[in-house]
Amino acid sequence: MTAISDIDDDAVSKLVDNYQSRTYRRVILLLAAIALLAFTVVIDIMTGPASLSFVDVLAVIFNPSGASVQHKVIVWDLRLPIALMAICVGAMLGVAGAEMQTILNNPLADPFTLGLSSAASFGAALAITLQWSLIPGAGVFFVTGNAFAMAMVTSLALYAFTRLRGVTPEAMILVGIAMLFTFNALLALLQYGASELELAQIIFWQLGSLARASWGKVLTCVIVLAIVVPYFMSRSWALTSLRMGEEKAASLGVNVSFLRLTVLAGVSLLAAVAVSFVGAVAFVGLVGPHIARIIVGEDQRGFLPFSALAGALIMSGTSIASKAITPGVIYPIGMITSLIGIPFFISLILSQRQRHWQ
Amino acid sequence: MSLTANDINVTFGTRTVLQGTGFAALKIGQLTALIGPNAAGKSTLFRTIAGLIKSNTGQIELDGQDLSKLTIQQRLKRICFMPQSFTANAALSVFDVVLMAQKQLRGWRVSQADMTAVASALDAAGIGHLADANIGDLSGGQAQMVSVCQALIRHSDVYLFDEPTSALDLRHQLDVMGRIKATMRERNTIGIVAMHDLNLAARYADHLLLIGSGRILAQGRPETVLSDPLIANTYDVVVQTGTGPRKELNVHAYAD
Repeated sequence: MTAISDIDDDAVSKLVDNYQSRTYRRVILLLAAIALLAFTVVIDIMTGPASLSFVDVLAVIFNPSGASVQHKVIVWDLRLPIALMAICVGAMLGVAGAEMQTILNNPLADPFTLGLSSAASFGAALAITLQWSLIPGAGVFFVTGNAFAMAMVTSLALYAFTRLRGVTPEAMILVGIAMLFTFNALLALLQYGASELELAQIIFWQLGSLARASWGKVLTCVIVLAIVVPYFMSRSWALTSLRMGEEKAASLGVNVSFLRLTVLAGVSLLAAVAVSFVGAVAFVGLVGPHIARIIVGEDQRGFLPFSALAGALIMSGTSIASKAITPGVIYPIGMITSLIGIPFFISLILSQRQRHWQ
Repeated sequence: MSLTANDINVTFGTRTVLQGTGFAALKIGQLTALIGPNAAGKSTLFRTIAGLIKSNTGQIELDGQDLSKLTIQQRLKRICFMPQSFTANAALSVFDVVLMAQKQLRGWRVSQADMTAVASALDAAGIGHLADANIGDLSGGQAQMVSVCQALIRHSDVYLFDEPTSALDLRHQLDVMGRIKATMRERNTIGIVAMHDLNLAARYADHLLLIGSGRILAQGRPETVLSDPLIANTYDVVVQTGTGPRKELNVHAYAD
């Protein structure tokens, strides 16, 4: 019989060292990802009709007074807001996708596949075409407010659906697709009666574009991230424990339904703000967290920041690609992320099926 | 310190799962085995003691204190409940999940003491070699050992183990039961293990609770409870007890 005091000190210190080196590795990877992100932001600013060199960009950013007016306008007024918007939106979608996957226990979940993005698009279109405000007193934020209200209602419907017995991850996605079709149909209805100007705005939502980025919008994104991410971080252990099953989490003292609801509210806010500023961008919230999961695992202390960084890197890369594919043409980013994301999505579904067969 | 329960009633919709369930004081340092057929209410009784399910009537007292007066967090700190084995395909290592139990949802920082505690617990449980393994890749038995390790790393007054040995091979059944029993004695805490294997219960438990159709039917020393004709009735089998080669109590069940 093994006595509990019978412990091999060498083995213990080896286990501790092993874990510690994994922690260091995670920190180094995190720093490397941040450095890479800074690099892609500079590349993003370099790319465009008036080409700037790497050194030019750095000079204008860090020493604006020494730069020419033309360069200052290009960097500070035109390209930097877009580059920063890309990483903010990428981080928001990455975090939203990561936590949706965690609380719904569904590797296929992200704001787009579950219909949150199309719900938010529809809410925004309501504001644009009919000037309806779903949240009274939302003021200048009424487009975003509508997007949030619709995203939240959809989240709650999805949440109610997960409460039903025997709902598989794949069935959840089918419900998401049903949502997607519903809101697209409603959106088409609004488009049908919309004026040309309104139509142009709605199309912007559907395709996804960074072109309307501004410093104010970047600031809003930063504020929303600064509100939601610390809350998610403070619930790290609870969210990690949820991955071992509801009962296990409950036995550790996690109030599972409250956690799910508050995290869904946070996710809806992230998705709604992202969608209301750049339109429906597909699959970033799906692919980002999966990359994070492969690299650092699902301990939320690593998973959450990495999902944000992976999302930001994908969006930054997409922003570069949208300008670089055909010089002089800026393609809608939603199109690019869909084309890249779909093969990934299908491979995920196939690997899911395999797991169920075992 | 002791744990008692009185007149516990739990219903799910129209179905009554526990009716008037109660047991006399369970003492510290002792291991109690909760035995009974499938769907007798073992897991429900555990969840009720842990406070995850509300009882309509009665009370559960720890050291004379009514547990319903505590918040759920306070209660779960004093009562450590290990649910039946988990199935997860999360990208978490065994070290990660035991660390999670050690941290009990508090604080981001993992100190040297936390890491040493986790490493010692893994080593003591004989699963040090699995520290870096993904929990999704574990066998049923390995997952069960990780679960027991997660429970024992916490320091509580009462430990409830819901079938900790059902997926284990012979050697590991004996190891895990031995470790649970020794830990309860060493920490002077109350342990209850729900199990189906009556021989294992006879071997390790100081005390038995027999539960059938939501009621505690018998309680007492293993030799008393196991030779009670109620056992045969409850399980719907013919039971004969005997003594094994090392003077341990043996239970033999026959279908007719």
